Amino acid sequence: MTPSLLYAASCIGSSSPKKTMAATEIARQAGEGARAVPLAGHVGFDSMPDQLVNKSVNHGFCFNILCVGETGLGKSTLMDTLFNTKFEGEPTQHNQPGVQLKSNTYELQESNVRLKLTVVNTVGFGDQINKEDSYKSIVEFIDTQFEAYLQEELKIKRTLHSYHDTRIHACLYFIAPTGHSLKSLDLVTMKKLDSKVNIIPIIAKSDAISKSELTKFKIKITSELVSNGVQIYQFPTDDETVAEINATMNGHLPFAVVGSTEEVKIGNKMVKARQYPWGTVQVENENHCDFVKLREMLIRVNMEDLREQTHTRHYELYRRCKLEEMGFKDTDPDCKPFSLQETYEAKRNEFMGELQKKEEEMRQMFVQRVKEKEAELKEAEKELHEKFDRLKKLHQDEKKKLEDKKKSLDDELNGFKQKKTAAELLQSQAQQAGGSTTLKRDKERKNFF
Amino acid sequence: MSSFKTSVMFFRCVNMSAPQHPHLPGKAATPGAGDFSYVGIDAILEQMRRKAMKQGFELNIMVVGQSGLGKSTLMNTLFKSKVSRKSLVSTPEERIPQTIEIKSISHDIEEKGVRMKLTVIDTPGFGDQINNENCWQPIMKFINDQYEQYLQEEINIDRKKRIPDSRVHCCIYFIPPTGHCLRPLDVEFMRRLSKVVNIVPVIAKADTLTLEERDSFKQTIREELRANGIDVYPQKEFDEDADDRMINEKIREMIPFAVVGSDQEYQVNGKRLLGRKTKWGTIEVENIAHCEFAYLRDLLIRTHMQNIKDITSSIHYEVYRVRRLNETNGQPNGQFSVLLFFPLTHLHCPVKQQCGVEQL
Repeated sequence: MTPSLLYAASCIGSSSPKKTMAATEIARQAGEGARAVPLAGHVGFDSMPDQLVNKSVNHGFCFNILCVGETGLGKSTLMDTLFNTKFEGEPTQHNQPGVQLKSNTYELQESNVRLKLTVVNTVGFGDQINKEDSYKSIVEFIDTQFEAYLQEELKIKRTLHSYHDTRIHACLYFIAPTGHSLKSLDLVTMKKLDSKVNIIPIIAKSDAISKSELTKFKIKITSELVSNGVQIYQFPTDDETVAEINATMNGHLPFAVVGSTEEVKIGNKMVKARQYPWGTVQVENENHCDFVKLREMLIRVNMEDLREQTHTRHYELYRRCKLEEMGFKDTDPDCKPFSLQETYEAKRNEFMGELQKKEEEMRQMFVQRVKEKEAELKEAEKELHEKFDRLKKLHQDEKKKLEDKKKSLDDELNGFKQKKTAAELLQSQAQQAGGSTTLKRDKERKNFF
Repeated sequence: MSSFKTSVMFFRCVNMSAPQHPHLPGKAATPGAGDFSYVGIDAILEQMRRKAMKQGFELNIMVVGQSGLGKSTLMNTLFKSKVSRKSLVSTPEERIPQTIEIKSISHDIEEKGVRMKLTVIDTPGFGDQINNENCWQPIMKFINDQYEQYLQEEINIDRKKRIPDSRVHCCIYFIPPTGHCLRPLDVEFMRRLSKVVNIVPVIAKADTLTLEERDSFKQTIREELRANGIDVYPQKEFDEDADDRMINEKIREMIPFAVVGSDQEYQVNGKRLLGRKTKWGTIEVENIAHCEFAYLRDLLIRTHMQNIKDITSSIHYEVYRVRRLNETNGQPNGQFSVLLFFPLTHLHCPVKQQCGVEQL
């Protein structure tokens, strides 16, 4: 007898991988809490982070920002200032009929890092008279990106690592610098978006607000957000290297920013600034506005975390909801894990059955219609026949009448002819007899004269 | 996809090939101050590094070979710690298992702040029976089970934040140093397993071969691998670009590595080195003039570890996934989606055309 080839000695005939996993656990000498072992020398796997980073550099990065805010708040200018480049486009008009989302992708490179940056702008946000549906197109857009990724992930033959990720990693919400409080449109939109995307609220064109008003404004905004349960993105504080700076920055939200691509000479340097008759607002001066903080947080410190949160929190939530909506569950009432495949098969059969039923219905309706049409046509045909018959009869009657008339006419003609011949005969007879009479008469006449 | 009634969406890619702002002038000395043209995009590398350090890494290596070829010793030498327990002899019955077992041992190791969960999967009993038919089956089953477990986790609705990766990244196959050629068992095993896992063949106990014997042995092995169509790591078809190919060609000219393992230190020329002491001299493990252990270590750990993991997850695992999803699906074509996502309305269209009778 050939020695039986057992696998971990306890799973003959078991096909479910869960059971085999249990068997492997038996074979594992150290379980989940693997014991720590000291190294006696330099092994070299401390180069792993470098290897990982190198691979990512070769692959390139992608980052997608969504800018939500009313027209004219300086969204495009801020993007230009943040990334130090001129993205194209003229300022949009205010007469858009609905909210549209315009997306542009750019390839930026800095030292050896290639970044595929996608900036999505909301065009026409807040311009309509009835703004009830403004947020809908934004939510739909975000969901579409999630859907595309989900479809790719669920494909059988998939290419995830070369897939261009279009999911929105950060949403910059531009608040108008009124100085009072948030508009209701802002609150509604942010509430709808907070579970789908990382929201970073910023106060746009903040050079319109004085310093004291600004502090009050910020406090008001934060308290309104909290009281309405809007969850904005919090910079992560679990990694010690950046915990401190992130915690401080969390306190400065929302950032009051000023954007400008024009350069002004201050001292002996050219700086990005906005020049007014009463002074110059320097974009990169921390006393003037929070632009530097925003750039620091958004790009230099937390870009990776934004991407990760999008993938592990927002996308997973979307995926879970979507799959549950389709009726897939992880466990059935008996607590046995459902295989997605089985559920799919069941759903598919159900769906095919429905489809067939609908097809049948359609077919029957079609047959019905055809019958009706046929009957109609027959009716029409019959009518036509009848009409034809009628006309024919009419025609025949007329013909007969005409023939009768003709006959009578002919008869008359004949009669007349006969009379004529008779009369001529008479006349000729009379002429012969009267020929002499005429002569006589002529002689008489002559004699008379 | 739902139709947008009030909004129109259009995407525009501006100059995908040429960057919009080519080469923003270099890094500032103190990022965040001074240099106004520095955006800070390259700080993402630092962010990634931090994240990686925090999360730690996982590596699963399987060692396959007859007993007595020094598998455990080599593992211990590679990772400079007792990660693998040598099969110590107590009784002869215990020494040679009657069946192939798969033993998986995990350790947490840390070096310069980088934490790694190393799992060494041992296969005692491989090739030790008299009749070794199908001895690769339990091993293939184990590897496929790991893929299956990962797949199940991945298609869960409620999934973990980080799916624990127990897939075998690399399989080191030990070739006995006969000096002649590969045995049929070696060829069979490597042929089957190179399709599901990255195989790194090594010549075990290479201190029994002289340099000439070693070179001719390696040559024979390489030819036999080529003749049998066995693609060992680094696989030719996965070379990404010219640089990759150059580096990998150099490696391919050296495989299989002739290694010697040891966890004993000896005094050589005033230094304490790992080696094997014999009457005719001391073989230094990390000396590339003596054996090729250093190359193996560099390949596996210092330069290609990430690449090995990537090939496992994006190629071998995907192949398994396609096969698995296709066999339960019953679809011949791999282009269908696992789940039907299109709502019913979409499928009314072809039926509607039949009902164009409405125009009558």
